[in-house]
Amino acid sequence: MLLGIKELDCHYGRIQALHGIDMAVDEGELVALVGANGAGKTTLLRTISGIEPASGGSITLDGHDITHYSSDKRVRLGIIQVPEGRQMFAPMTVEDNLMIGGYTRSGDERSETLEQVFAMFPVLKERRHNAAGTLSGGQQQMLAISRALMARPRLLLLDEPSMGLSPLLVDEVFATIQKLRDAGTTIFLVEQNAYMALAIADRGYVMEAGAIVLADSGERLIVNDRVKEAYLGL
Amino acid sequence: MFAEFLQFLFSGITVGAIYALVGLGFTIIYNASHIINFAQGEFVMLGAMSAVFFVSVGMPMPVAMLLAIIITIFIGLALVKLAIEPARNASIVTLIIITIGASIFLRGAAQVLWGRNFHSLAPISGNDPIMIGGAAVLPQSLWILGSAMLIVMALRYFFDRTLIGKAIVASAHNPLAARLAGINARFVLLLSFGLSAMLGAVAGFLIAPISLAYPSVGIMLGLKGFCAAVLGGLGNPMGAVLGGLIVGISEAMTAGYISSAYKDAVAFIIILGVLFFRPSGLFGIRGTERV
Ligand SMILES: Nc1ncnc2c1ncn2[C@@H]1O[C@H](COP(=O)(O)OP(=O)(O)OP(=O)(O)O)[C@@H](O)[C@H]1O
Ligand SMILES: [Mg+2]
Repeated sequence: MLLGIKELDCHYGRIQALHGIDMAVDEGELVALVGANGAGKTTLLRTISGIEPASGGSITLDGHDITHYSSDKRVRLGIIQVPEGRQMFAPMTVEDNLMIGGYTRSGDERSETLEQVFAMFPVLKERRHNAAGTLSGGQQQMLAISRALMARPRLLLLDEPSMGLSPLLVDEVFATIQKLRDAGTTIFLVEQNAYMALAIADRGYVMEAGAIVLADSGERLIVNDRVKEAYLGL
Repeated sequence: MFAEFLQFLFSGITVGAIYALVGLGFTIIYNASHIINFAQGEFVMLGAMSAVFFVSVGMPMPVAMLLAIIITIFIGLALVKLAIEPARNASIVTLIIITIGASIFLRGAAQVLWGRNFHSLAPISGNDPIMIGGAAVLPQSLWILGSAMLIVMALRYFFDRTLIGKAIVASAHNPLAARLAGINARFVLLLSFGLSAMLGAVAGFLIAPISLAYPSVGIMLGLKGFCAAVLGGLGNPMGAVLGGLIVGISEAMTAGYISSAYKDAVAFIIILGVLFFRPSGLFGIRGTERV
C-alpha cells in the first residue's frame, strides 16, 4: 500500500468537511474519486498534500505516518498534486513553470525530466519562452501536469483535470492520464466526469457530503445503480 | 542656471537611489507575503547606527559595514521568528500592525542603547566634491549610485536567473501552486526579510554621512521608500527603483526652486496623487495578485 488513509477528518473552522475517510492507493494503481460539487474531493487532496491540516485520523505513505508532515516535505517524498483550476505561475515562462515544478529535485534530475516532458508535449517545448498565461486552456492543463511530473511523483494527485475543457481536449487529457499510468505512475484522480474517470480506473471511491459512501472496482461502480442515478445521469 | 539645475538633479538622484533601495525592501517582502513591513525604515536606522557604533570602537570602515549588514539581517530574521511566524494565521492587517509595533520597539531599543544624539559617519572617500558640469558632486553620492546600481543588478540576476529567486517570484504569483511544488513558505518569508534587512542596512550606512545617524532617522526614509514602492506599483521591483528616483528628484527640485520647508511634503503629495488617480502605481501591472 503506497497511500493509506484512516478515519481522516478535516475541518474548516467549525465546519467539518471530511468525515472519517478510509481509503488506500496501491503502487501502480489508478484510483478515481467521484462526487458532486462540494462533496469534499478537493479538501481530501489538500489534506493529503498537507495544505489543510487533518483534524483527526492518519495518512501514511509506505506505512510511514506523514499526517503532520509539512507540504514541502510531502513533495520531497513524492506526493505531487495538480490542483484544481491549473494554478499557473501565469506571468512566468513555460520553462520557468516547469523548473519550479522540479524545485525539490537536483539540477541533473530537472534537466533530464525536462527533456522527457518536452518529448511528451512538444508544444510546451515550442512555447517554452512564452508566459504560461498566454497558453490555451488545454495547453495549460498539459503544463500543469508536466510541472507535476518535473517533481518525479511517486503518487500523482489530479484534481479535475478535465474541468473547463472542450470534449476533444478532455479526451486528450484522459489519454495522457492513461499513458502516465501505463508508464508506471501511481495516480489518484478526482473527477466530476465520473463516467470517463471510472472507465479508466482500477478502483473507485464515491464521496458524498465529506464521507466515502461506495468503494469498488471501476467497472463495477460504472454499473452500480446508485452511481448511475447520481453521477452518470442514466 | 543649468549648473544649479544639475546640482539639484544630482542631489535628487542620490537620495532617490536610497529611497529606491528602501522601496525595494518593501517590494520584496510584499511580494513574498503581502505584508507591508513598516519596520523597513528601522532596518535603515540599524544599518546606520551600528556602522557608526563599530567605527567608534575602532573597526575599519569595511568591517563596520559588514557587521552592520549582519546585525541588521539578524534582527530582520528575529522579527520573523519572534513576531511574524507566531502570528502566521492572523490576517495581513494584523501582521502589518505587528511590523509597526516592531518598528517602535526597535527605535526605542536604539535610543536606550545609543542615546538620542545625532552621530556622523565619515564618508567612504572623503568630502572633496567632484565638479561635473558646474555642479559639485560629493564622492559619497557616487558611492551611493554605484552601490545602488550594483545591488539592483544583483537582485535582478537573483530573481530572474536563480531557482531560489524564481521560487520567491513564483510564491508571489501563486502561493498555493508554489507550496504544491515543495517551496517552503516559511523559508521564503525568512529569505525576503533577510534580503530586505540587508538592503535597509546598506541604504543606512551609505546615507549616514549625508543625513547623519540617529534612532529616528528611519521614520522619514522608511516613509519615502514606501512612497517609492507605491508609486512604482507595489510589488514591482523596477517600479520601486524608478519610484525612488522620481520621489528623490521631485524632492530636490522642490527644495531647490521653491523652499526646503516643503521638501518632505512632496513625497506625500505624490502618494496621495497615486492613490487617487492610479492606485496600481505608475508602473503597476496586474499579475502578482494572490489567488
Ligand atoms: N477554504 C474553505 N473554507 C470553508 N469552507 C470550505 C473551504 N473550501 C471548501 N469549503 C467547503 O468544504 C466543502 C467541500 O469543498 P471541496 O472544495 O472540497 O469540494 P469538492 O468536492 O472539491 O467540490 P467541487 O466539485 O466543486 O470542486 C464544501 O461545502 C465547501 O463549501
Ligand atoms: Mg474540487
